[in-house]
Amino acid sequence: MELIEAIILAVLAASTPLLIAATGELVTERSGVLNLGVEGMMIVGAACGFAGAWLTGSVFVGALFGIVAGTMMSLIFALMALGLAVNQVATGLALTILGVGLSGLIGAGFVGERITPAVHLHIPGLTDIPLIGRVLFGEDGFVYVSIALVIGVWWFLYRTRAGLILRACGDNHVSAHALGYPVLRIRTFAVMFGGACAGLAGAYLPLAYTPFFIPGMTAGRGWIALALVVFSSWRPGRLVIGAYLFGAVTILQLHAQGWGIGIPSQFMSALPYLATVIVLVLLSRARSGGSTAPAALGTVFVPDR
Amino acid sequence: MLDSTPDGLNSGEPPLLRSIGLTKRYGDFLANDSIDIDIRPSEIHALLGENGAGKSTLVKAIYGLIQPSAGEIRWQGQPVVLSGPSEARSLGIGMVFQHFSLFDNLTVAENVALGLDGKESFKDMSSRLEQVSKLYGLPLDPRREVWQLSVGERQRIEIVRALMQDPKFLILDEPTAVLTPQEADQLFIVLERLKAEGRAILYISHKLEEVKRLCDTATILRGGRKVETCNPRHETAASLARMMVGGEIKEVKAASGRTTTVPRLVVNDLSLAPAEAHGVRLEHISFELKGGEILGIAGVAGNGQDELFAALSGERLSKDPGTVVIEGIAAGHLSITQRRKLGAAFVPEERLGHGTAPRMKLSENALLTGHAASGMVHHGFIDTAATLKTVDRATETFDVRKAKRDPEAASLSGGNLQKFIVGREILRNPAVLVVSQPTWGVDAGAAAVIRQALLDLATAGAAVLVTSQDLDELAEIADRIAVMFHGKLSAPLATREASREKLGLLMGGSSLEPKEAAHAVGA
Repeated sequence: MELIEAIILAVLAASTPLLIAATGELVTERSGVLNLGVEGMMIVGAACGFAGAWLTGSVFVGALFGIVAGTMMSLIFALMALGLAVNQVATGLALTILGVGLSGLIGAGFVGERITPAVHLHIPGLTDIPLIGRVLFGEDGFVYVSIALVIGVWWFLYRTRAGLILRACGDNHVSAHALGYPVLRIRTFAVMFGGACAGLAGAYLPLAYTPFFIPGMTAGRGWIALALVVFSSWRPGRLVIGAYLFGAVTILQLHAQGWGIGIPSQFMSALPYLATVIVLVLLSRARSGGSTAPAALGTVFVPDR
Repeated sequence: MLDSTPDGLNSGEPPLLRSIGLTKRYGDFLANDSIDIDIRPSEIHALLGENGAGKSTLVKAIYGLIQPSAGEIRWQGQPVVLSGPSEARSLGIGMVFQHFSLFDNLTVAENVALGLDGKESFKDMSSRLEQVSKLYGLPLDPRREVWQLSVGERQRIEIVRALMQDPKFLILDEPTAVLTPQEADQLFIVLERLKAEGRAILYISHKLEEVKRLCDTATILRGGRKVETCNPRHETAASLARMMVGGEIKEVKAASGRTTTVPRLVVNDLSLAPAEAHGVRLEHISFELKGGEILGIAGVAGNGQDELFAALSGERLSKDPGTVVIEGIAAGHLSITQRRKLGAAFVPEERLGHGTAPRMKLSENALLTGHAASGMVHHGFIDTAATLKTVDRATETFDVRKAKRDPEAASLSGGNLQKFIVGREILRNPAVLVVSQPTWGVDAGAAAVIRQALLDLATAGAAVLVTSQDLDELAEIADRIAVMFHGKLSAPLATREASREKLGLLMGGSSLEPKEAAHAVGA
């Protein structure tokens, strides 16, 4: 009983940064921009988030630092890929390399320091319910924020006019421009939202997951978030399922080692990517027409004026 | 023709929209040079001109998509500055684009909503959409996604979207280019009705008969300048064409007494699954093409013409070699190069990116398709002199105009590049030439040169397969015409029997002889 509860809690904790980062990237990609720099934005968010929390003693301020740092990183991407119409893949990869270096620099002085991690919710009575109490009512703020975030994004994309315009930009930027929508401005906002989410997801790691900062602590989570967006076929609902599935695989991998199950851990680490490939194949077979990916994803747009 | 105010144009009514000295400059290039145009209510005003004459630029300026470099636009007598399409729309200007500004993966209703200002709720908008589409006889299902719809239906979305803003002035950019003759007739009924409601229409086209039939006024552009404003009903198609081109167009002449020889290209029951998401499945296509013969394939774009081209050229292979037979040899499984070695040549629709590598020189492009059969490579090394000679020969024979001897492909105008590509293939003396949309977006002079070259090639004994959406072009050069619809090819009709009406029915999916249509074999 307690083991199951512990596993569920661990899965939620492992899944939350994936869900937050992937939600942001989903919005970015829905606008037609492929930002491969999620890992870079996350790790800078982690370093700055920890710095903020350590300097002020407040996890909340730390999270804000992470959000701002991720947004700043994404602005570099927006300037290059949207403003100067540089290849998005190259820019995104460069952003990751930059981010890893930058976070090492920023975080160098903080290695070995500790902070008080984010507090967990405690509602007397509710939180004490066995099995589900702590899972539902005893999480840290990040977990609740991540759920609210993905619901908000779903509502925005499918229930608001602004969301419709954003999806339109991702489907066909030439048409969107012809109808008079400011494609590049809309995409810049989408990229910034993606950056803010990645920064927050990065900050989650030293603020709630572990109470300290180590260089490279995102450990490929940004790449998993990218795979997750594809896995979800750009739909927020499936993104939630995917995030918890991928999170479960990471936890399972740890426990499998602990229990001495003879599956190499490398294979388990590769599972999320393998799952993504399989989902992609299944999706392309299931749907006869229409594209699941935003049709303009990753293409450069230069308006003619 | 010196009188610039022909009768019937100066009715007392003030113009709804007027451009005065409208100029648009891109660097050194004057896309629009001081254009004056008056558009009155209840008028269908044609804007005529060849590709590159400046029609699109003018219309984009009127719709607020680009800012003019000089000159002004007056709306109901007041000077206006249109900083964007939404401003133009709020004045009452609507536009139906040639390359539709639709979003394939969104629904019809979502597409329409994106073209409106969003002041009403999505639900109200959807019900109004159904009302408007019913009122004008343009049926649409708001819930379907655009990729599922036919080209005609897609155009309906554009028109309904424009009509939902209750425009006083509607711009249509080459609306019939993608329609069957019957669909075009239905569109004309809608346009006449809009005119009767007092709306003005600017109708961009290069189909002169259509303009004569439909339009009250015509403004003709050439090289960015206005040449003339006239009443098209008082002109002949030939006189309109002269104004567009600025000279006589060479008439294309078929040599009399062309004799057909042996079958050179035979397609037997060719079926092929679609290669991509929006592709068409080819179903049981059969025809036989003899030397000395030109077979035309008509049809609305997107009915499998591209897929057929890919299957013939070897861009896509078929499992059964016998489905494509070139010069008596089963070639369905052979690569592009192997098919070229058998004597086949291919000219795809897309000039830049498919027909040529845009950033490579003409000589390099000549090598890319000619290396297999024309001795431009020796022991793995490129014979530069031979490639340049090919360029020179194509230049000379087909009057390709270019700035230097061997420029990049992308630097040539559409017409000149097309002449080069067709010339490059014809100079190899192919036994079979498969050509897709040979004169699409090409000026009238170059089009005449290309059509003549295709006729001459057939006269010399080659088998020529031409895919085109231009029925006039096919009537001019083809001996037989077959129609493609939903991946199926109709039985070929002899050109003299292929009336526009018959072809139109086939293009819309009706069959003339139901039994033959599915399994058509050349006569």
